[in-house]
Amino acid sequence: MADFKVVQAPDKLITAGLGSCIGICLCDKAAKIGGMAHIMLPSSERARANQNRAKFADTAIEDMIALMVKMGASPKRITAKIAGGAQMFNIGNSEVMKIGERNAKAVVEILNKNNIPILAQDTGGNFGRTIIFDTETGELLIRTIGLGERVI
Amino acid sequence: MIEDFRDLTGLQLDALKEIGNIGAGNAATALAVMTGDRIDMSVPRVGILPFDKVAELVGGPDTLVVGVYFQVTGSAKFNIMFILSIEKAVLLAELLMGVPPSNKNKLETMELSAISEAGNIISSTYLNALAMFTRMTLMPSPPAVGVDMAGALLDGVLALYGEIGDYVLVLENKFRKGDLDVIGHLFLLPEPEALDSILSALGVNF
Repeated sequence: MADFKVVQAPDKLITAGLGSCIGICLCDKAAKIGGMAHIMLPSSERARANQNRAKFADTAIEDMIALMVKMGASPKRITAKIAGGAQMFNIGNSEVMKIGERNAKAVVEILNKNNIPILAQDTGGNFGRTIIFDTETGELLIRTIGLGERVI
Repeated sequence: MIEDFRDLTGLQLDALKEIGNIGAGNAATALAVMTGDRIDMSVPRVGILPFDKVAELVGGPDTLVVGVYFQVTGSAKFNIMFILSIEKAVLLAELLMGVPPSNKNKLETMELSAISEAGNIISSTYLNALAMFTRMTLMPSPPAVGVDMAGALLDGVLALYGEIGDYVLVLENKFRKGDLDVIGHLFLLPEPEALDSILSALGVNF
């Protein structure tokens, strides 16, 4: 949580128990480089505590792309798959309830801005997700409790 | 104002622990009345934890749990999460409803409603004790209940603290039956402003 990792294929990346958080998986298959970020919040701009850049969608994506490029990926070849952004509880219309939706929206916007195509997206709903990203094939396995598994 | 939870002094942390102690005492009594069993509570722990360590307290981010969540408003803002393992939740539903759940792995609406009511009673007694002790007005929201991975249930709540810091202050109360049998965890997460109010009420706001 609030962290990202970049690895060489065929390493796999996993993050467990995503609720409103989002798992952002980036991959340059030709360069065999893949990364995964687990972000909590949409934007670092108004945050008082923005030292940990991996906590926010904007700075995490920026840093992850930079590291991938440094390791030999081409920004033109990077593609994305994203999962998470659920709404786990429903109490009136408070902030906790909307954070997943806001995260998903921000992640899509930031990826679009960076011209990174989103190949697949599994966001929203009211259930948790554990995700495993295969940097070799680019497949993203999504595990849930009670709703089975799927690969996107 | 408390800018960073890590700046709290030992005395302040002890005062918070005492608050947890008083709240949990009442809640354990309520739980004992509900279940007809003797319920012990361990000495509460107060921890200043990075976000990713909170789910570890209940077995890791993908552990299946039942979470009952409340927002508290009034003189101080808290978030409260009561977390039970699925086995304990099933047992609690059985005790409260008088019949075993139809499916051990999936809780039905009525059973969830019973668990959420149990969470409600535990949290209310806990809050009442805090309110009396600190002379604050504390108002809990209706409970929201979720059955899912611990990390997923917690992260939306933790995100509330994400813009102000990288750590949360967690008061953890464990309810036990016997020596090893953990019934559930109650997490109290005060917002920084709330912490100031509590510390002043306790006279340790320096």
